[in-house]
Amino acid sequence: MRVFLLALAAILSLAPSLQAQSGSGNTPVQDLLQVHRALIEKGSRKSIAPAIDAIATSGLPAAQTVLQTWQSKDMWQREEDGLFFRAEEIAKKTYRLYDFDSGDAVGDYDKDALDQLKPNSGVRAMIGTALVVFQLSDPDPARRRDALDALQRDAEASHLAPLRASLEGETDPEIKARKEQLATLLTLRFGADDTARIAAIESISTDISLDARAALNMLLTTSREIAQGPVPQGVNVAAILTPGEDMPEAEAYAMLADKGLAPPRLSPDDIRNTLAAHIDGGKVGGVPLAALNTDAARATAYAALVEAGLAPAQPTEAAIKEALAAHTIYDAYAEPSAAVTAAAEDALAAIKTRVGLNQMLDLALDGISLASIFFLAAIGLAITFGVMGVINMAHGEFIMMGAYTGYVVQQLIPNYTVSILVALPLAFAVTFAAGVAMERLVIRWLYNRPLETLLATFGISIALQQIAKNIFGTQARPLTSPGWLDGAWVMNDVVSISYIRIAIFVLALTFLALFLFIMKRTRLGLETRAVTQNPRMAASMGINPDRVNMLTFGLGSGIAGIAGVAIGLFAKVTSELGSDYIVQSFMTVVVGGVGNIWGTLAGAAMIGFLQKGIEWMNPSNTLAAQTYMIIFIIIFIQFRPRGIIALKGRAAGD
Amino acid sequence: MTRQPFIARNPSLLIFLACLALFTLLVTVFSEAMGTGLISTSFVKTLGKTLCLCLVAIAMDLVWGYAGILSLGHFAFFGLGGYMIGMWLMYARTRDIVVTSMANAEIPPTDAEVISGIGNQIFGVVGSSDFPLIWAFSHSLTLQLILVVAVPGLLALVFGWLAFRSRVTGVYLSILTQAMTLALALYLFQNDSGLRGNNGLSGLQNLPGADAIPQATISLWFLWASALALALGYGFATWVVSGKFGSVLRGIRDDEARVRFLGYSVEGYKLFIFTVTAIIAAIAGALYYPQAGIINPAEIAPIASIYLAVWVAIGGRGRLYGAVIGAAFVSLVSTWFTGGQVPSIPLGFYTVDWVDWWLVLLGLSFVLVTLFAPKGIGGLFDLITDRQSPMRHGQDLGPDQGALQEKEADS
Repeated sequence: MRVFLLALAAILSLAPSLQAQSGSGNTPVQDLLQVHRALIEKGSRKSIAPAIDAIATSGLPAAQTVLQTWQSKDMWQREEDGLFFRAEEIAKKTYRLYDFDSGDAVGDYDKDALDQLKPNSGVRAMIGTALVVFQLSDPDPARRRDALDALQRDAEASHLAPLRASLEGETDPEIKARKEQLATLLTLRFGADDTARIAAIESISTDISLDARAALNMLLTTSREIAQGPVPQGVNVAAILTPGEDMPEAEAYAMLADKGLAPPRLSPDDIRNTLAAHIDGGKVGGVPLAALNTDAARATAYAALVEAGLAPAQPTEAAIKEALAAHTIYDAYAEPSAAVTAAAEDALAAIKTRVGLNQMLDLALDGISLASIFFLAAIGLAITFGVMGVINMAHGEFIMMGAYTGYVVQQLIPNYTVSILVALPLAFAVTFAAGVAMERLVIRWLYNRPLETLLATFGISIALQQIAKNIFGTQARPLTSPGWLDGAWVMNDVVSISYIRIAIFVLALTFLALFLFIMKRTRLGLETRAVTQNPRMAASMGINPDRVNMLTFGLGSGIAGIAGVAIGLFAKVTSELGSDYIVQSFMTVVVGGVGNIWGTLAGAAMIGFLQKGIEWMNPSNTLAAQTYMIIFIIIFIQFRPRGIIALKGRAAGD
Repeated sequence: MTRQPFIARNPSLLIFLACLALFTLLVTVFSEAMGTGLISTSFVKTLGKTLCLCLVAIAMDLVWGYAGILSLGHFAFFGLGGYMIGMWLMYARTRDIVVTSMANAEIPPTDAEVISGIGNQIFGVVGSSDFPLIWAFSHSLTLQLILVVAVPGLLALVFGWLAFRSRVTGVYLSILTQAMTLALALYLFQNDSGLRGNNGLSGLQNLPGADAIPQATISLWFLWASALALALGYGFATWVVSGKFGSVLRGIRDDEARVRFLGYSVEGYKLFIFTVTAIIAAIAGALYYPQAGIINPAEIAPIASIYLAVWVAIGGRGRLYGAVIGAAFVSLVSTWFTGGQVPSIPLGFYTVDWVDWWLVLLGLSFVLVTLFAPKGIGGLFDLITDRQSPMRHGQDLGPDQGALQEKEADS
């Protein structure tokens, strides 16, 4: 190439007339282009490299513009003098030309007076590679990031040098880190020698990012090959497969047959089609058609056809075994260097262990977040069911009412942050009122008849659900979370948790604290506990059990409303929102143990972690996870019928 | 003391059977199949389905009204029965279709080809073509009929044994049964459950080999079969609750501990009644779904079982005819309202469209029935028969919190 450049330099010195022709002494890029004019006009991938290199390394301010214009096929050549310009179509068949050096418009020309340069895709890719150098050291950080993104998507060996070169001048620490990572990833793929590549591989063996894993996996791509006899020399073998052990014999033989190394095994369909093609007077191979409804009869008929030389013979088992024995099936690495693939395998194994640990952490976070959702949904139920012994099947509908309250508030107050802050107390107020009304009108008359309470509240539940459907329609309503709750807290490529879930976790903790405070530190809590333990005694101490029951029920319902707002933030608000959670909520309370907030917490944690755990084992199927979880709970109840934390002695009430 | 004959002790049985016979006769006479066409075929099917719902309501009444076990999972057994018969119907019908289509081929198909063709037809919608293990018996009507009884019966037996053994009672049991039916529904919703996921089994109204017979006639056959099953079920239930066994059941309902201390095996009684009612429900389901034509997992969602409790409560639990009346009344009225045949009520500012508001009406009337008329519609018969409630001055019947109060336990 150097010789070539020298030759070009010679041409440059011999062509003063060209410079004069360009009309101005201050046109370095145009001059450069004219020097390489022949190569640029030819536009062949094989010979274009010196021209591109010359432009890219010229250090001229307009070089990047030229390359971009050229790449996007906007560079045109004026036929009269052969000068290159950037052109814009200003009218049909009329183009305005701009000078590269000054950026000024040169004039408007008809299309016939111009030639468009149409670099083919190979040339464009080369220009792109050259451009990366400019973009990687572009003053605008956004451009640099774009260039890195582009490199990450589609890297080539030639990118490595400019990337390394740009490392020096990088000022932004974040981009610098990315560049370094990318340089490592490129080194392990395109590095000069095995030592450098293995060093790069080892340096990322603690990196669990998706890019690192993808790069390693790319190194380890294998293809399945067949060789006659042993594996040929010089192939980097990943594994040799024994038919019957590593892969089914039928599959192995089908591979042989596909490559034309053995006669194919005939499927029943093939046999039937062959038979159908040789029907002769109601018979095939001497067997009447009507008798061909068993595999044995078909085999006989087919054998007769083979005998007559009309059909290929089905390979025998012995022939198949022999063919398989004569060939070796192996997985070969695309990467020729065994040392590199071995290092990559080791690195990948180390990364997998790390990823596994991180996945456990991620799973635990998911479990906590699911547990807090169940806890939020169940805490109101824990009050009404656990403390008062009232089964409230409409609890799910209170959750739904809370969510719809949030939705309505958002329609009135456009600011999402304010609307959530308004919606939380308002949802509490709405469902508190609904709960108090329900207690006064229905539940009061049904104390001591838990099954009737269950049914009556179910009646209310279907009525409320249908009313919600009538008001808001059947389609899901959005409850948008404020902007600061968008996004997720990303620890690395494996562990992340969305801010909404963190917020729900915090909300659940808040309610746990609030519940404990109300029950242990306030008058209402004291009275509630008294009425729960012995209503008559409490009444004779001057406590009004009716009032206490009403307030307790209202409190439980109000918390359901707030849970509704929280759930609505990540689930779609529909009239069926509540019924999706009601069974799980009851499960939580029952599994945890009735009448004890810590039991509810334990129940929620158990169900949340269990469901996530089962989902992890069978990731594609949340339905199955729920099924198995419910079955587990049914069995769990066998062993602890009163829940995880069971009340003992007289407090248990039996 | 000499015992009166069974019929004399249970006058309601004869009256019920007479009413049922009359009803069946009238429907038959006025049906399309008999030429008059006053009752359309689809309505005959609706009536036939209603009879099946009455049967499952009787099962619910036995287990809840008499034994005090509020099961919120009996529709799971109903649905399972439907699935079991549906498997045979679908298999046999598809086989007919596949055999017909393959008969044109030049070379007659082998058995394996026919079966794989059926598998393709049935499981194509869930992206599979192989028969899962649970379809192993689907080729035989007899075996599948046995499964109609065996599968739900076994499920109820195992579930009941687990639940009653650990003395799960009251609302806990209700929630547990609800969880069971939810688990089953969720399981069946999966595509790889082997029962076509949420597509369910369809085309069940076409009896295999009966293509020539019009649906009008078939619907009538099913009506008769349903009526017969209902009559037998009613008779069986009357027999079960009228003897000593029934007395023990009511004893368990009113005070389980007391019955246990008297030396009865409460768990055994509960397990028996739970399993038997599950089987009755399954038989009802097996008759229901060929008339409905399609079954999918949504049918056994927890809500369905709660509706069953609603029917029995509105009809009047603790009396068999109450359950029948409740199921028939609520499901027929529900069909009437949701069918859009009830005129809307214009209120000026808003028009009450009953298709939308029927569930609200049902829910609220259910609350009212629970609050003010715990005896349900069946309680009206007490006015005719002048039955007096014993005066207990409002005391409850036993020391247990869950015991029935006087005004609801005197049936």
